[in-house]
Amino acid sequence: MLTTETLVKELVEKNGRTRNSLMPVLQGIVREQNYLSDEAMICVAKELDLSAADVYGTASFYSFLDTIPRGKNIIRICKTITCHMQGKDDIVNALSNALKIKIGETTHDKKFTLLTTNCLGWCHKGPVMLVNDEVYPELTPQKALEIIEEYAKKTVI
Amino acid sequence: MSKYLVNLKINNMPIAVEEGTTILDAAKKLNFRIPTLCHHPDLTVAGNCRVCVVEVKGAKLLAAACATPVSEGMEVFTNSEKVRIARKHIVELLLSEHNSDCTKCYKNGNCELQELASEYRIGDHVFLDLVRPESKIQDISSPSIVKDDSKCIRCQRCVRTCTELQGVSALAVVHKGDQQKISTFLNKPLNEVVCTNCGQCINRCPTGALTERNYIEEVWNAIYDPSKFVVVQTAPATRIALGEDLGIPVGERVTGKMVAALKKLGFNKVLDTDFTADLTIMEEGTELLTRLKRALVDKDETVVLPMMTSCSPGWIKFQEHIFPELLDNLSTCKSPQQMFGAVAKTYYADKINIKAQDMVVVSIMPCTAKKFECERPEMRDSGYQDVDYVLTTRELSMMIRQAGIDFCKLEEDHYDSILGESSGAAVIFGATGGVMEAALRTAYEIVTGREVPFTNLNIQPVRGMEGIKDASIKIKNVKPEWSFLEGVDLNVAIAHGLANARQLMEKVKSGEANYHFIEIMGCPGGCLGGGGQPIPTSPEIRKKRAEAIYEEDAGMPIRKSHENPEIVEIYKQFLGEPLSHKSHDLLHTHYKPRHRY
Repeated sequence: MLTTETLVKELVEKNGRTRNSLMPVLQGIVREQNYLSDEAMICVAKELDLSAADVYGTASFYSFLDTIPRGKNIIRICKTITCHMQGKDDIVNALSNALKIKIGETTHDKKFTLLTTNCLGWCHKGPVMLVNDEVYPELTPQKALEIIEEYAKKTVI
Repeated sequence: MSKYLVNLKINNMPIAVEEGTTILDAAKKLNFRIPTLCHHPDLTVAGNCRVCVVEVKGAKLLAAACATPVSEGMEVFTNSEKVRIARKHIVELLLSEHNSDCTKCYKNGNCELQELASEYRIGDHVFLDLVRPESKIQDISSPSIVKDDSKCIRCQRCVRTCTELQGVSALAVVHKGDQQKISTFLNKPLNEVVCTNCGQCINRCPTGALTERNYIEEVWNAIYDPSKFVVVQTAPATRIALGEDLGIPVGERVTGKMVAALKKLGFNKVLDTDFTADLTIMEEGTELLTRLKRALVDKDETVVLPMMTSCSPGWIKFQEHIFPELLDNLSTCKSPQQMFGAVAKTYYADKINIKAQDMVVVSIMPCTAKKFECERPEMRDSGYQDVDYVLTTRELSMMIRQAGIDFCKLEEDHYDSILGESSGAAVIFGATGGVMEAALRTAYEIVTGREVPFTNLNIQPVRGMEGIKDASIKIKNVKPEWSFLEGVDLNVAIAHGLANARQLMEKVKSGEANYHFIEIMGCPGGCLGGGGQPIPTSPEIRKKRAEAIYEEDAGMPIRKSHENPEIVEIYKQFLGEPLSHKSHDLLHTHYKPRHRY
């Protein structure tokens, strides 16, 4: 695996050494490392000649740029009103019980992080969840568990 | 190039203003004041607080006057029913997220939000109190700045100040929505991040979210302690600004009144940092000439030029963080505040027969970074902490009010002697370009035996509020011992505000600049615009303060540091000569690289 420093350098090389590249660089790091470590943010500040606070400001603004360690797979369950009315709580409870974590937590084996999210734009097919970049609509607790089971099988830590 | 004029009406009064003018500025011309919070004359427009909303005829929504340019035929109403109701709600909403414990707040009585709440007669809370309990834990890690998030209304003036004026960006807006806050990197305490302690954020905070760490009680305790001999020193820029906090118009000099007030407060001796400003010139001027000699005559390649001034502790910490590779360029001279402390607890203590351990040195400074500076471990050359407490100009005004002194009616008084005599060259240390001018007045005369070739000794090219200035002075007909400087063009540069300093440093680093001597002051306008000066600040206020400083200089009987009789005396009796062994022990220091991120 690349060290954080080399990764950031490569990303900056690719995207350009200007402030405009801050977002793609941060996204690139999250793609590789699942979150933005303190070290990664400092590396970015150094490479783009920004203050570390500035980088942290941008990183903390976006929901899909995490600044705390996350599992290999990130489950985001839609918490907005339509999904809520269509039984989002049952999905949360089912996954929470199965993974033995609460919202915002990561499993011991670092395979899953369980989060909620604002509207994913699938209100007509709620409740819905996002696992990494994949959308899963019309969930039932059973269906949600099966999906997670699949991810668990194919994830190697 | 003349701009188009735009015709509009504000509250039914017609006015024509230049294209691009905001409604706020147009209204000001008609003497209509529109309240603002996030708007500041030193900063870019943000338009986020919304208290400046006005009604524009035909528009569906209210417009933020600070962020909306005028347009032809526009009809604006600044105080319609709709505006008043909206504005009141906006203030109420801001207060719902603000810790309104005003009686306990350090900014009580000098808070823009409080004034607005009072103006709009905000009564009981209409909205739920949304202040988070954890936000009430203040960050008191810094010796200079206290940050209280529970008072913050997220107007982001501090963030813009730190970025636009200072180029530091220690503070940023982090998270979003109801979680949004103004934070350092990873919300670390201020003393652990790249913060220069300049306090410019404090000068622009409209509430009590950013304030100076105050040492008022400690100073009262020292004054009341009969076993302590408390001496106070006053920085150049305090005497032209203190009055602003005590009912005297901006730009009026209050030197004599300030001295009188300090004596009434009970300080045992009232002395002047201006004395050590003169001392700084002797040391720093000589250091510059020595560096030039070593470079030009001895061809010593280890000599580092340009030499840079070291009076501004915000600038010093900036350099230690951002350009550690240029630390050798800094003059090794301590700042006048620290020279004073070191001399007070040695030379002066001996003279007046007081033990250094019984002496408390208090500084009145226009600066918050000085609070950090006096605690630096290097600043104990007298064997004790050389300067014990630093109060800002604002804290002094608070003490004067506490003591019930009617400042306006005070009879003017004089500094005590010794360590109270100073020159005009010292007082201009308070303005950008002033240290340069003071140094040139002395150095030129040392080298040529003549006064600087400027009318009334006023070196105009180094004065003024331009961000970066440079000048070149030809040295001619020198004394024989300085023959190596004959015909040399002495190139100097001056920057104020750390964003400007950064630009200049980049040029020095790249080798693009060819200067011998650079003066940097960390704050906009120099110390007169320092982070400890009366609030508010604006380009206009700083201009008036600068005029006052140059007036003070022009009115001084002695205009050049080397002619200050007390300076002549201290070298004769104590220090020997500039850069002597003793000078090195007491008046010079070193710097250390700090983390950049």
